[in-house]
Amino acid sequence: MLEIKDLHVCVAEDPSEKILKGVNLTIGKGEIHAIMGPNGSGKSTLSKVVAGHEAYEVTQGDILFEGESILELDPDERAHKGIFLAFQYPVEVPGVTNKNLLRQALNTIAKEQGREELDPLEFEDYAHEKLQLVDMKPEFLERSVNAGFSGGEKKRNEIFQMAVLNPKLSFLDETDSGLDIDALKIVANGINQIADEEKSVVMVTHYQRILDYVQPDFVHVMIDGKIAKSGEKDLALKLEEQGYDWLHEEVAVSVNGEQN
Amino acid sequence: MSETEALESMVGGEYKYGFTTDVEYEDFPTGINEDIIREISRRKNEPEWVTEFRLEAYEKWKQMEEPEWPNVEYQTPDFDKVQYYSATKKNNGKKPESLDDVDPEIIETYEKLGIPLQEQKQLQGIAVDAVFDSESIFTTFKEKLAEAGVIFCSISEAIQDHPELVKEYLGSVVPKGDNFYAALNSAVFSDGSFVYVPEDTVCPMELSTYFRINNMQSGQFERTLIICEDNSHVSYLEGCTAPMYQENQLHAAVVELVALENAEIKYSTIQNWYSGDEKGKGGIFNFVTKRGHCRGDNSKISWTQVETGSAITWKYPSVIMQGDNSIGEFFSVAVTNNRQQADTGTKMIHVGKNTKSTIISKGISAGESNNSYRGQVKISPRADNAQNYSVCDSMLIGQTCGAHTFPYIESANPTAKVEHEASTSRVGEDQIFYLQQRGMDEDDAISLIVNGFCKEVLKELPMEFAVEADKLLGIKLEGSVG
Repeated sequence: MLEIKDLHVCVAEDPSEKILKGVNLTIGKGEIHAIMGPNGSGKSTLSKVVAGHEAYEVTQGDILFEGESILELDPDERAHKGIFLAFQYPVEVPGVTNKNLLRQALNTIAKEQGREELDPLEFEDYAHEKLQLVDMKPEFLERSVNAGFSGGEKKRNEIFQMAVLNPKLSFLDETDSGLDIDALKIVANGINQIADEEKSVVMVTHYQRILDYVQPDFVHVMIDGKIAKSGEKDLALKLEEQGYDWLHEEVAVSVNGEQN
Repeated sequence: MSETEALESMVGGEYKYGFTTDVEYEDFPTGINEDIIREISRRKNEPEWVTEFRLEAYEKWKQMEEPEWPNVEYQTPDFDKVQYYSATKKNNGKKPESLDDVDPEIIETYEKLGIPLQEQKQLQGIAVDAVFDSESIFTTFKEKLAEAGVIFCSISEAIQDHPELVKEYLGSVVPKGDNFYAALNSAVFSDGSFVYVPEDTVCPMELSTYFRINNMQSGQFERTLIICEDNSHVSYLEGCTAPMYQENQLHAAVVELVALENAEIKYSTIQNWYSGDEKGKGGIFNFVTKRGHCRGDNSKISWTQVETGSAITWKYPSVIMQGDNSIGEFFSVAVTNNRQQADTGTKMIHVGKNTKSTIISKGISAGESNNSYRGQVKISPRADNAQNYSVCDSMLIGQTCGAHTFPYIESANPTAKVEHEASTSRVGEDQIFYLQQRGMDEDDAISLIVNGFCKEVLKELPMEFAVEADKLLGIKLEGSVG
């Protein structure tokens, strides 16, 4: 599904600020991955770069989606291909209802993919079905996008949007942060219902907690702009117990090793 | 983006109404003096009192100076080079009896503008008065309106056919010498619309006027007068476009509204005059005086404007709430892009008791434009329990534009309540990225953000025009971000 090859990324306005320094990552169809790591290690940047954020510049390497490079594509063109990003800080769009945004988004994507667009009534039915996945009431559709939402509502809204747009690959950037345990369960439940053997999910997170509810197939640890270690679920548990320090040491050793 | 889409977006982003219609004009000298004013009046076959009205206004105008307080910069028009009257040869100053007598080029022009005049194609439920330069060309649904007792015609026709009404109300809301451009208009006014709704009548359809400036040299000095008698209701909309010329053209209009007891007038404007090119060359100078008078108790006047065009805009649709319990409203979206400058807002004058006014102003600036809100709320000593609520929000797109707010509040009555809120926001890259990530292209994203920002105002527009306004905002701001 997604292949990230030796990806180097810097801040577009300040090329001296290098954030990703050779990321390699392969996400297969139907897989759930978790990317963990300390603050500032480049996890969020990686999500944004995959989605095509202009603030970052790829200086080396490639990102292949279904075998084709997407580096030259605008964010909307990547979305049309089926890439979705659940934002760490969902953006408020006052005066634009959730319904309007999602119907326009869904129909734009449908058009690009050569599928039929939904009329307002069909969309209403479709959206109501998806609302149940995140335990939200129909009134939610009429509210302005994220405006005046609580932190938890914003995160649930991201998962709801993911459910509506039905992407092939979703990056969830710290969707679990700031959620109480009930909200976390609702969000996790939503993700589990959306994910199937056709769809891939990448969860970027600080905490092992959500992985109790959404079982990852693979866990990666990012440190200083690289994937320092990959493993299975037990890696996340080890991180929870021991923190990241032991990995820093491992990275330092391997960097020294490379130099030798 | 595919090639066709790229092409569409390029074409769409340009001013769509910038074409010129090839018609022959009657000769008329440029400049302004007593003889020219008399000649205008003569060609329009006006009674003596109208000629006198014009001449008195001219005398006042000569004594006046152009206002300098608006927050706009421009080269004062050379009033000797403006042509104050422009009639096509074919019509020779007389309104055609039927559509057969109208120059086919002009009919085609309106068709291109989306305002078909032929009976079988006319917009349903909307009566249209088509004004081309200084002349009203044609008015649709006149007979149907007459059945309801509603008079809808050009002001020139009204002067001929209903002189007693015009005489009673003309200049009663905006006096001849009210301000520099109102005085100029009063001296040389050409066509505009006249609406009279008799007592206890709800006007059966939307009324609208479509103003088109075509002649390069002529100014347009429209004069509109709307009178709504007791217990009556009317909704009126005007639309404006002009060709793209290198030179600036002058548009100085006066609009007067009179609402008697329990009457309600809703006046909407979609102003899309040519705004000049990216470097600020050409475009319309839009200097307009619009005022409504809530003369009777429980009357209501509501202004809604979507201002997207013109190089310079200077316009403050106002309401004088004289009747007790009367209501004044002003809903405005003003968009400026490239080098446009707008200084617009309202005046709400509370005279009667329990009068209420609402001001919702949304200013959007992009490019290197400058957008100012200027509003006055005045509460007179007699206006017990008057209330005003104002919201002025500004949105900036890009780094090189400006937004300004100049609120003036004067209250001479301690029981009055006045609330004013203001905010300024920037369309952030984050907002655009968020919507793009959901699949929308950049232009659609901006259009959605802006429409959300203006929603409170757009919902005030009559249905038929809300869609048009929506599209217009999108087109206007296409490509305005990096």
